Amino acid sequence: MSFVKLATSAMAMTAALTTAAAARDNVQVAGSSTVLPYASIVAEAFGENFDFPTPVVESGGSSAGLARFCEGVGENQIDIANASRAIREREIEACAANGVTDIIEVRIGYDGIVFASDINGPTFAFTPEHWFNALAPMVLVDGAIVENPYTNWSQIDANLPDQDILAFIPGTKHGTREVFEENVLAAGCEATGAHEAMIAAGMDEDAAEDACIAVRTDGLSTDIDGDYTETLARVDANPNGIGVFGLAFYENNTDKLQVATMSGVEPTVDSIATGEYPVSRPLYFYIKKAHIGVIPGLKEYAAFFVSDDMAGAWGPLALYGLVSDPELADTQAMIEAEQTMGDM
Amino acid sequence: MTDQTASQPSSKHGSLLAVDARTKKRNAAETRFKAYGIGALLIGLFFLVTLLTAIVSNGSTAFSQTYISLDVTLNAEKLDPNGTGDRDEIAKVTTLGYTQIIAEAVANTMAANEIESPLPAGALPLMVSASAAAQIRDTVLADPSLVGQTVTFNVLASSRVDGYLKGRVTRESLARDRNLGPPHLDIVDQMLDAGVVEKRWNLAFITGADASESRPEQAGIGVSMLGSFFMMLVVLFLSLPIGVAASIYLEEFAPQNKFTDFIEVNISNLAAVPSIVFGILGLAIFIQIMHLPQSAPLVGGLVLTLMTLPTIIISTRASLKSVPPSIRDAALGVGASKMQSVFHHVLPLAMPGILTGTIIGLAQALGETAPLLLIGMVGFIASNYPDGLASGFLDPNSAMPAQIYEWAKRADPAYYERAWGGIIVLLVFLMTMNIIAILLRRRFERRW
Repeated sequence: MSFVKLATSAMAMTAALTTAAAARDNVQVAGSSTVLPYASIVAEAFGENFDFPTPVVESGGSSAGLARFCEGVGENQIDIANASRAIREREIEACAANGVTDIIEVRIGYDGIVFASDINGPTFAFTPEHWFNALAPMVLVDGAIVENPYTNWSQIDANLPDQDILAFIPGTKHGTREVFEENVLAAGCEATGAHEAMIAAGMDEDAAEDACIAVRTDGLSTDIDGDYTETLARVDANPNGIGVFGLAFYENNTDKLQVATMSGVEPTVDSIATGEYPVSRPLYFYIKKAHIGVIPGLKEYAAFFVSDDMAGAWGPLALYGLVSDPELADTQAMIEAEQTMGDM
Repeated sequence: MTDQTASQPSSKHGSLLAVDARTKKRNAAETRFKAYGIGALLIGLFFLVTLLTAIVSNGSTAFSQTYISLDVTLNAEKLDPNGTGDRDEIAKVTTLGYTQIIAEAVANTMAANEIESPLPAGALPLMVSASAAAQIRDTVLADPSLVGQTVTFNVLASSRVDGYLKGRVTRESLARDRNLGPPHLDIVDQMLDAGVVEKRWNLAFITGADASESRPEQAGIGVSMLGSFFMMLVVLFLSLPIGVAASIYLEEFAPQNKFTDFIEVNISNLAAVPSIVFGILGLAIFIQIMHLPQSAPLVGGLVLTLMTLPTIIISTRASLKSVPPSIRDAALGVGASKMQSVFHHVLPLAMPGILTGTIIGLAQALGETAPLLLIGMVGFIASNYPDGLASGFLDPNSAMPAQIYEWAKRADPAYYERAWGGIIVLLVFLMTMNIIAILLRRRFERRW
């Protein structure tokens, strides 16, 4: 019995201890591991230049971050969620149900998604059609929807190297996956005509769209739920493998990886900024307006993040690999005015 | 066969001196078994040596770091255009405003040592860590009278220059790098000859705070070490009294009935529960229901307490059990109460065993990562030194194993070396704790 008593009294003690010292003085951020490097660079510079403590940036993925963001308002809740995709309608509703209503959406810039393989292997020049044909469970062959027969890139297109298909793509909890599905798989599905053929075969629109972005499950494609370092390790171990990376990650590891072109365009900061390179996505963070003025430094951190000094074309974020947003001035004005998503 | 047996009836119980076939077979089996044992031992040793070699060879480089000594002219026009000499006025220039000053300093240092390079001046600061700006700014803010003077600073070299001196980065590997190229390395070579660039012992790795992704050269494990320290305090002060009280009750006072049996079985079960389960429990109870702060060492300590308790209870009960009943009988016999017999005689004799169990439990908790992932201790967190005791328990912090995990995930290969270096620091702690446990046992344990 004494065990139970002691345990309860210990818990009561700790509860009393923490309520006594609850006031939080640092900004807390969580979310996308793609945004984490940028957020950490800003947080560090923020701590150096302002009289506020360095903000805390946790990782865990866009969806996990937004889910925590929507848990409620208060000192025990995070102030900012980083996301490598826009917030979904479903998530806004979940937020509202928990009292998180005024959300400020901040777009910090763009990130390219690149396809890279072992540096000693052959070079690849992809199109979205190649990827759809390589990864979809059902593809269009000679006018009929059949189970994916391809196991080698050269079977899909004679111009591609003779190499077995082995892809390491981001898992479903990553925001990167969504961009990959939309800009590569769905685009490839349209372009090969598989989408039309599916509808002609009697599928309704939704089912056809789902079938377009489905990924084969026979082991030729592997979902990576961890970070890009895990994808890199897989590509290192399987020289045949082709991994999906963020541009910034690739640029830090150019000694191990070579990048493939997509539709004839090589991914660089410039080609992504101009929109020439097709697979890129905006990066965001979301602020709880209710926390501005309560948590010291929150607004200053957000403003500092999108300042020209940090997120501008020559700032440290661009140096690390962020493609800066041409409309940065609008974003700065929006934070200044604390404009929430509903006001737009 | 039958013939032979018939002609040699005595061989059934053979001579003790002559080795017969069956004895030979048995001896051979024994020799083989010994060989298997030695083989198993050698395999184990081989893996241990491989592991240690890998850790030391990958991680030892984290303990040295490349520095560049720069003569920095603290340009008064840039830092304090109005010549006020006022600290607040100078503080308005952010670290980004120091980039130009550093570029000039690199150019001046190169000129002073007659180093020439085809690179534009704008590309030169890339050899210097981004932390240099903060270092110079802090020095200027601490002593505003320095503005206008030329001061020699020892600044960190960028991670790629550091990697070059450590053999990780080569001209080939930089061929397609966007930030640093082979021409930079030519400059570094000449600076090395001139004694401007130097690789030194890196105490900052052991005492420093975490750094962002763009400056791995500055990252240290110090703050997360403090995080681990505060967590271990929580674990020690909660699990030791709770664990010992529970064990004494169960071992000395509790009646043997179905209820205590049930508790005993469950304590053994708890010891086998995977640690990630305690992490989820911690997230649900301590953070979501009790509203304790995210990422706080206090919460980490509470979760690890849950994990360590069964270990401590089991080892405490074992050491209580090993105290012979005659001690208790003697105490009771001279009129001691049950409680007196336990606290005056049994507990002191069991103490070495209890402490050993506690230290081993703590060492296990120190190396635990999985539950910490769930309570938000991974990310860019260990960036502020805690100021004071309450802040140490409640402010967000990481822990050593979580910090190592985080470093291993980061894009810059320089963080890989730091992850291994962190492992060395962690192993040193674990080994020290285990050695203390062994010494305690050797020194104080009594055999009956």
